[in-house]
Amino acid sequence: MAYGEKVIDHYEHPRNVGVMDTKSSDVGTGMVGAPACGDVMRLQIQVNDVGIIEDAKFKTYGCGSAIASSSLLTEWVKGKTLEEAQEIKNTEIAEELALPPVKVHCSVLAEDAIRAAISDYQSKQEA
Amino acid sequence: MKFPIYLDYSATTPVDPRVAENMCHYLTTDGIFGNPASSSHAFGWAAEDAVKQARQDVAELINADAREIVWTSGATESDNLAIKGVAHFYHKKGKHIVTVKTEHKAVLDSCRQLEREGYEVTYLDVQPNGLIDLDVFRAALRKDTILASVMHVNNETGVIQDIASIGEICRNNKIIFHVDAAQSAGKIPIDLQALKVDLMSFSAHKIYGPKGVGALYVRRKPRIRLEAQMHGGGHERGMRSGTLATHQLVGMGDAFRIAREEMGKDNERLMELRGRLWEGLKDMEEVYLNGDLEQRISGNLNISFNYVEGESLMMALKNMAVSSGSACTSASLEPSYVLRALGRDDELAHSSIRFTIGRFTTAEEIDYVIEMTREQVRRLRDLSPLWDMYKDGIDIKSIEWAAH
Repeated sequence: MAYGEKVIDHYEHPRNVGVMDTKSSDVGTGMVGAPACGDVMRLQIQVNDVGIIEDAKFKTYGCGSAIASSSLLTEWVKGKTLEEAQEIKNTEIAEELALPPVKVHCSVLAEDAIRAAISDYQSKQEA
Repeated sequence: MKFPIYLDYSATTPVDPRVAENMCHYLTTDGIFGNPASSSHAFGWAAEDAVKQARQDVAELINADAREIVWTSGATESDNLAIKGVAHFYHKKGKHIVTVKTEHKAVLDSCRQLEREGYEVTYLDVQPNGLIDLDVFRAALRKDTILASVMHVNNETGVIQDIASIGEICRNNKIIFHVDAAQSAGKIPIDLQALKVDLMSFSAHKIYGPKGVGALYVRRKPRIRLEAQMHGGGHERGMRSGTLATHQLVGMGDAFRIAREEMGKDNERLMELRGRLWEGLKDMEEVYLNGDLEQRISGNLNISFNYVEGESLMMALKNMAVSSGSACTSASLEPSYVLRALGRDDELAHSSIRFTIGRFTTAEEIDYVIEMTREQVRRLRDLSPLWDMYKDGIDIKSIEWAAH
């Protein structure tokens, strides 16, 4: 399958690759997907006192589109409030990366990942 | 070195320049362009002679009689003709067929079609090394079994089935035995005088011949009958109608002749190159060879790089042409059914890369491939959350993943 330029750019120069301390109270971690399905994304966000995402990190096992979707997402969520980040739709990711229909599930996974990370962060605040 | 490096010889091979050159003499007014079936003039006779020579060259590689060769458009058509042709002709004797889960889709889908027509098909499992257990095969045979179809060499793993023993079992049970030899002809010796094989499928483009042409071997003693799948002018003794494509057949004949002359030399070189590639990769962490190493053709190496997804690895190996058992390379989003039949976990099937080398592969290319593969696997593992977990000693199987 031929890839779009943006997918290749993110795949070859992934942004914000890394790991944050899962246990830290200002960090939310979302891990979605399954190895048997061929993709697993771990997305982490660091949130400041006023509810703005200050930093984001990811690691992804998956095809080029999965890696690109998570890389793009980390760029997008930085500086956003949790509410704004929650609003990001998979279709926006798919559109930005020009994903073909067979790869749209990669963007869905990225959307799931940010929601999972936000929810993990929120549950830590309630605890 | 020329980039990208071609390492997908099991998908197709380039036509050998000697073959391509000769094929050109059978197309234009300067050449032999006649219809081999035109028995009334010199143009037809010349074409017929060329086809006769090609038939002889194909037969010689497999130690068969030229009269046992039926031209087709490729191994897919040969598989269809063999399986449906036998099933339809012998349906009064029985309606049960035995085949194997790791067969090529041309065999599996032909069997599926027969199931829709009311036949029963048994799909056998293989052992973890990819080989059939002969006792399992024997146990699957029934009174109404008319046909068994087992491939000689698997296209994904390169594993060689014991068709000599399977043939003996079939002959003793009066079951017709078909073998798809698309991946074995020209790579390992085939002696149809010795083997108890009744039908064998061949393709030209897997051994440096042109695409679009193949053959089906149909045994004469004991005589095997087929119901034609393609009707028309009664070519190929009524088994496959259609004007013979002289230039294609000449190409296939030349490719088979060259294979016969150079197989030994080619294999020796490929064995060395394959060994060099495996030696260069096998000491990496979490690397698994798929399929038996010994019972395998010289040109194939199928490896799973655990915790790295195959399609992204292929994307990283952009200077080389390889293939993967990853779901992402298929329209179905299912990982390789062949690797799964070997009992590989889905994640290892997703992580597999097939390197197939051939006549034009060089040692310099292999060294580059080793260096690049090691570097890119390392890079992708640094990106992989599963690799982190493995390094932290977490068993990924202990986690409940949400399948999606």
